[in-house]
Parts: sequence; structure tokens; C-alpha cells
Amino acid sequence: MFARIVWLVLRKDLTVEVRSLEIAYTTVFFAVSCVLVFAFALVREGQAPEDGAAGILWISIAFAGTLALGRAFERERQSETLRALLLAPAPRPAIYVGKLLGILALLVAAEAVLLPLVALLFQEDVFAHPVWLAAVLLTGTVGFAAVGTLFAAMLVRARSRDVLLPVLLYPITVPVIIAGVRATAVLLQPEVEMALVRFWLALLVAFDVVFVTLALWTFEPLMTD
Amino acid sequence: MPKWFMPAAATCGLMFAASPFLIANAPYESTMGLVQKIFYYHMPSAGMFLIAAVVCGVASVRYLFGGDPRQDRLAWAAAELTVLFGALALVTGPLWARKAWGVWWQWDVRLTSSLMGWMVAVAYLLLRRYGGPGSDKLAAGLALFGMANVPFIYISVNYWRTIHPTTTVVPTLPVSMGVPFWFCFAAFLLLFVLLLRLRVRLEEQRARVDALYLSLDQ
Repeated sequence: MFARIVWLVLRKDLTVEVRSLEIAYTTVFFAVSCVLVFAFALVREGQAPEDGAAGILWISIAFAGTLALGRAFERERQSETLRALLLAPAPRPAIYVGKLLGILALLVAAEAVLLPLVALLFQEDVFAHPVWLAAVLLTGTVGFAAVGTLFAAMLVRARSRDVLLPVLLYPITVPVIIAGVRATAVLLQPEVEMALVRFWLALLVAFDVVFVTLALWTFEPLMTD
Repeated sequence: MPKWFMPAAATCGLMFAASPFLIANAPYESTMGLVQKIFYYHMPSAGMFLIAAVVCGVASVRYLFGGDPRQDRLAWAAAELTVLFGALALVTGPLWARKAWGVWWQWDVRLTSSLMGWMVAVAYLLLRRYGGPGSDKLAAGLALFGMANVPFIYISVNYWRTIHPTTTVVPTLPVSMGVPFWFCFAAFLLLFVLLLRLRVRLEEQRARVDALYLSLDQ
């Protein structure tokens, strides 16, 4: 039952998205512009600063993620479809998980474009440890999206939601950004210190577990009028 | 207003008026000299910042799952005091750091986690102010997430080199420094309780006015 509702919500979101590709295109393009803006700001004499690539990658993911979250729920607001979703005789946590997976799919697609771009522009060997890097990116994205999906969903009914989403989201997701940037920076160095990567990855997994649990627990009271 | 309020407010005023004399009479710290005296206001503000944040978090969780509007008013009042005392700590800290460490700011655990906690409290107030109807529940959710976030921020910046003294220095203070310190701490605590009571009362009266308006319409 639970898994079925998750799948239905996810399939609905993906179908709507595939028909227009509005969020996918705008998010990816916005992420690419972010990389360029930060590259212009940080690169000196053709050289990026140390660990610059990791920072730029994560800033772009965070900014583009906020954009995607805002758009994904704006779409639900337009014809009150979120209300319809919440009125459906379905467990609320299942709706949350479905929306979360939809956002994750979008962000992973954006990362798939960003990563080769960063590798190309900053001459970083991003594919030296593909499994570890994928694990860091995935756990970081899950943490960011878990908090973001809940906040974006609860802000649907609020005034000035476009401004409030980043205002609430960034202070809470600081640990994800720190851990993601540090782990990625370590992985991009020629001599990789695996103990450090494992430490940051463990922190990210712990963050994911705590915040997904909290979100599942509070989605019901937060989404009730 | 409860009967204790005015005498307590007068005591608090007197304590703050007396604190500069006590601080001036405390001995100079051996390495930092005069600048160390900012400690007598910095540490109590930081303490009140933490207490206010805990009050806000606990009241928010109780509001979110219990729905008692009194808890909501308490959480709002505490969030405003978190921002107020956090701002005091974040202003006095760099003033001291500039002289003691030679830099205004250091990305160390305590500084970074205090700043992030303060940002969450500011976000809470922004949400309440501009969120429109229903933002009370949303703000309570934010406070819950903010509380859960504290250990993660702490761990993630903990490996950065730290130069901030730990709280273990407080019990080791000599009596000549300990007396003015605890005096200031008590003054700040009293100020915190008074402001909290005053702020909660304001919200109570607003709620009462709203209820009166509603009953008039019917």
C-alpha cells in the first residue's frame, strides 16, 4: 500500500515533468550558469583556488535545488492539486516520500550534467573514485532534498514562499553543504585520505537518517490546516 | 502583570547599574589585560542565547504535537530573545577576539555553530513575520529542525582548529573574578526572565483582543 502510493505520486510527478521538461531544463541551465558565475568570481590567472571545484559544485547543486523545489510545489499550488493529494485516502508520509523521490530524480539529473562540466572546466579528475563520489553526492542530495521537500511543501500555503524557502533551507542544511564540500574536496585531491571521506560520508548518512525520520514524523502535523 | 514583576525589574536595573563597578574592581587577567573584562557581559549573553534557544525549541515541539497556543506564544517570545542575546554575544565576541586573537572572526566550532543557530532563529522570526496565516505551525517545525541540526553543525565544524576557551574555565575562575561573573550572569538571567514574561504577556493580550473582535462579529 505504502510503496504503491509512493510509486503513484512519483509517476505522476515524472509524467508531468517529462511532458514539459520545464523544471529539468531550467534547473540544469541555472546550475550551469551558477558554475560559470562562481568560476568568474574565483578563478585567478586561469587557475581555480584549491578545493574551488568542490565548493562550486555544491553551491550550484544547492542553488539549483532550491529553484527546483520552489517550482515543483508551485505547480502543485496552481490548481490546488496539493490539496487534492492531501485529501486522498493515502498515508501522508507516502505522499512525502513520493515527492522527495521526484525531487531527487531531478537533482540527480542536474548533477549528471554538472559533474562532467566541473571536471572539464577545472581539470579535476572526478572519475578517480566514482563509487565514493557517487555515494557522497547521493547522500548529500538526499539530505538536502529531505529538508527541502518538507519545507517547500509546508510553505505552499504561506505568503512570500519564494523568499522564505532559501531563508529557512540554507541555515538548516549547512552541515550537508560542509560535509559534501569537504568529502568532495578530499576525493578530488591526488592523494585521497579515505578515513576522512568515510567520516564525512558517515556524517551525511546520519544526517539523512535523522532528517528523513523527522520529516516523515512531522509531515502529518505540518500539512494539517 | 504579576506582583513580582516591578520589584524584579527594579532589582534587575540596579544590578546592571552596579555591574560596571564590580567589573572595574575585578583583577586584570594576566595575558589579555583590560579587554578580558568584556567576558563579564559576553559569556552571560551567550548563556542566555542558549537558554532562549532551548526554551524556543521545547515550546515549539510541544506546540506542534499538543496544539496549546500558550506554548506557541512562549516559543515566539523565546525566539525573539534568542536573536537579541545571540546578537549581543556575536557582537561582544568579535570585539574581544580582535584584541585577544588578532582577528575579528575565526571559523571555529563555537563561533560557527552560534552563528548558524542565530540564523535559524532569525529565519524563525522572518517566517512568523512574513509567512502569513498558518506560519505558527511552520515556525514550530523549523524550530524542531533547528534543534536537530545542532549536533550536526557541531560535529561538522569540530575538526577545525579551535581557539575559543571551553566552558570548563568558568568553575576555575578565582573568587575575585567569579563574584562579578556570577553577578552579571544573575543579572542577565533576571533580564531574560523579565523580557520573556513581558513578551509573552504582549502576545496573550493580542490573542485576547483577537478573540474579542471575533466575538463581536458573531
